[in-house]
Amino acid sequence: MSLFVLLAIVLVISVLGYRTGRAHAVATAGGDARNLHSLPGYYGIYVALWCFVPAMLFAGAWLAVEPSAVERLVISGLPSELRQLPEDQLGLLLNDVKNLASGNVVSREVDPLLEQAAARYRSLRLTGFASLGLLVILLAVGGLVLARRRIHPHLPAIYKVEGTVKTALLIASTLAVFTTVGIVLSLLLEALRFFNRVPLTEFLFGLEWSPQTALREDQVGSSGTFGAIPLFTGTLLISLIAMLVAVPVGLFSAIYLSEYAGSRARTVLKPLLEILAGIPTVVYGFFAALTVAPAIRRLGESLGLDVASESALAAGCVMGIMIIPFVSSLSDDVIRAVPQGLREASLGLGSTKAETIRKVVFPAALPGIIGGILLAFSRAIGETMIVVMAAGLAANLTANPLEAVTTVTVQIVTLLVGDQEFDSAKTLAAFALGLMLFVVTLVFNVIALHVVRKYREMYE
Amino acid sequence: MSAVSATSKLIANETMARRLSRRRAADRRFRWYCISAVGFALASLVLLFVDIIGKGYTAFYQHEVRLEVFLDPDVIDPSGTRDTEQLSGADYALLWRRPLQQLFPDADTRSARRELYRLISDGASFELREMVLEDPSLIGTTQTVLLPAADDFGQLLKGHVKRGVPESDRPISDQQLEWIDQLSAAGAVSTVFNTRFFFSGDSRSPELAGILAALVGSLYTMLVTLVLAFPLAVATAVYLEEFAPKGRWWIDFIEVNINNLAAVPSIVFGLLGLAVLLNLFGLPRSAALVGGLVLALMTLPTIIIAARAAITSVPPSIREAALGLGATRMQVIQHHVLPVAMPGILTGTIIGMARALGETAPLLMIGMVAFIVDVPSTPMDPATALPVQVFLWADSPERGFVEKTSAAILVLLAFLLAMNALAIFLRQRWERTW
Repeated sequence: MSLFVLLAIVLVISVLGYRTGRAHAVATAGGDARNLHSLPGYYGIYVALWCFVPAMLFAGAWLAVEPSAVERLVISGLPSELRQLPEDQLGLLLNDVKNLASGNVVSREVDPLLEQAAARYRSLRLTGFASLGLLVILLAVGGLVLARRRIHPHLPAIYKVEGTVKTALLIASTLAVFTTVGIVLSLLLEALRFFNRVPLTEFLFGLEWSPQTALREDQVGSSGTFGAIPLFTGTLLISLIAMLVAVPVGLFSAIYLSEYAGSRARTVLKPLLEILAGIPTVVYGFFAALTVAPAIRRLGESLGLDVASESALAAGCVMGIMIIPFVSSLSDDVIRAVPQGLREASLGLGSTKAETIRKVVFPAALPGIIGGILLAFSRAIGETMIVVMAAGLAANLTANPLEAVTTVTVQIVTLLVGDQEFDSAKTLAAFALGLMLFVVTLVFNVIALHVVRKYREMYE
Repeated sequence: MSAVSATSKLIANETMARRLSRRRAADRRFRWYCISAVGFALASLVLLFVDIIGKGYTAFYQHEVRLEVFLDPDVIDPSGTRDTEQLSGADYALLWRRPLQQLFPDADTRSARRELYRLISDGASFELREMVLEDPSLIGTTQTVLLPAADDFGQLLKGHVKRGVPESDRPISDQQLEWIDQLSAAGAVSTVFNTRFFFSGDSRSPELAGILAALVGSLYTMLVTLVLAFPLAVATAVYLEEFAPKGRWWIDFIEVNINNLAAVPSIVFGLLGLAVLLNLFGLPRSAALVGGLVLALMTLPTIIIAARAAITSVPPSIREAALGLGATRMQVIQHHVLPVAMPGILTGTIIGMARALGETAPLLMIGMVAFIVDVPSTPMDPATALPVQVFLWADSPERGFVEKTSAAILVLLAFLLAMNALAIFLRQRWERTW
């Protein structure tokens, strides 16, 4: 909270900087703003930036370093036998010190030593924060004074301000790169730790998945095997069922929208179809688990089939419905991009509309349609909530859509939701699965985007 | 006719006519496939909505039982000091159990009484306590209060629990059924709009569970997302469209990254949040702040792509006119390009935010799946979001949570609908074609 106060103080100083900068610029120009290089406001912003940016950069750097520095100081103040503790126990001890310092519940007996450490921690944090506040305010005021002194009528304030803004824009646009790097690094590092314990070959080619690791040494049936093949086949099975629903329906809908529907029907139908993509996936999950799965089960029973209550068919069908708009709107775009001349030539030769579509328009649009289908498939692989709610948890190696299977995303969720210890193979396995998911969807996306772009160039 | 058809020309004509009619039939069939595909998609949409509304509308009303409750000072405030601690610690269950028992003296055994008490929700005691704490002068008076009926009671009146089935198959015993009928006949049961659903947090009892905590959690999450994603996305789009040197490899690299991030599965963003924000930076688990950060990273590409499209559609003549009058590039952007492109950017932002609002999977990864009773007061507090609440309730076994889940979905869909309608309105009201 006090950080917000500090931010507010810096903001106030910056506003003051803006006003003095502006006034000072006009004053140096002899009261006539026409003698200035830039508009007076830019001199104000120039000063304000000098107040705000260095102070904030300093605060950011300080906050990145301070907590660990304080922790190290607290540890160095502990008696040596405690300092010799293994790292994880030391971490627990430190946690208790922090909890005690902020008045929370502490997991161990409060002895004078702990209280002493907590007091030390508290006072260090307090000193740290006080010095941060002081330095930040000093920096802001210093920036104000310095920048104000640099103002003279020939200072090109507008270029200085715009240069700063441009740098800020550039930094903002690199955020996407940092996000990708963050994803890759975090997944890769955790996955590497996982592969230190479980060999890569077992993970990629093992046929059995049971991530329950033993809590006690002598526990039965919790060896913890991490063969991911059943997850991959399960994901594939459900995604294929989804594509079996989505591709024909989406493709024929796209053909209807682009070739048959009049412009008025189109303006109504297209947004209606796109509602399907806008519905949150958790809603589909609920629909699949409570309505579709029991319906399929009843249907199967009336036919004498044994259907699992969390069958792959139910999850796959509902996922297919969700994906229809992805297929249809992408296909619609590429079908409409096919030049009108091709259609007219075909019709002029006497072919029917259906023949024109099947033999001329469709082959011409095929690469783009395939790109769209690949994008939809990668969406199906990465879809989480529908399968978490409607597919099973047990890893069955089966191709029977009436049985329950589990998927990569379901396992990531079950491994990471709830109480977890961060270093166990169980939680690390989730990151290995996440890495697989990321790589596979990335490959699909790159291919799909490439195909779509190449196709687009063909007719442009 | 048959005599004429002997000539070869007519035979040819007839095969041609047959082929033609076959081709026309194929043409009509093809058209039917297309129409039925659209029909299937629309039917799924309608079925989904009908199903959810059919399951959920009953959650918007609730049954209450009217009782004359004597707020006995001996129970609430035996010492007569009106001490708040004493008032909140009193046994309020006793207060509503007494009049109930007077109404049904036939419940004379301990187990019969317990069954009788089970008609009223556990929340009744809390509501009486709230009433007394708010106005301690009520102590000693007899008040007519409306207390929430227990879940099974409500489900019976809403028709989700059937009377016809054998006693062992329904959660309500014959005896309870009789009491309910007597209560209804005496006019003590009333149907009211379910305000508890909108104004309370989660609860283990379906009749008391509400969406307020989840709604506020979603609000904080969306706020953080908007505050982070919108400026960053606009800045990125402006840089890439207006300043980025064309044909440099690092600009291409940024663009490829943005396009790929738009298609990364949302759960991967959750893993990023868990590994980086929680474990590396040590931000609090379950906080709306972290949820907002993760969703901001996820929504960023969507808004960037929309903003870039909006900025490119600003005609170059506007830029050139302003540049010709001596404006700097930044002034052109600030005074002309952004105002003209803003409707498009806002439309993209709203659509991105709508997607973020419905997103569940990344929030599960960063622990926003907690059981949250209290409404979070800052973005740092443990919170949950509306779609996560849907997920949590969908997992609960009680019959009453099915209608709660559906009703929460309806609220969520209402928000999404409103946001999309706003986006369409913005597009139609402000978008200009040049």
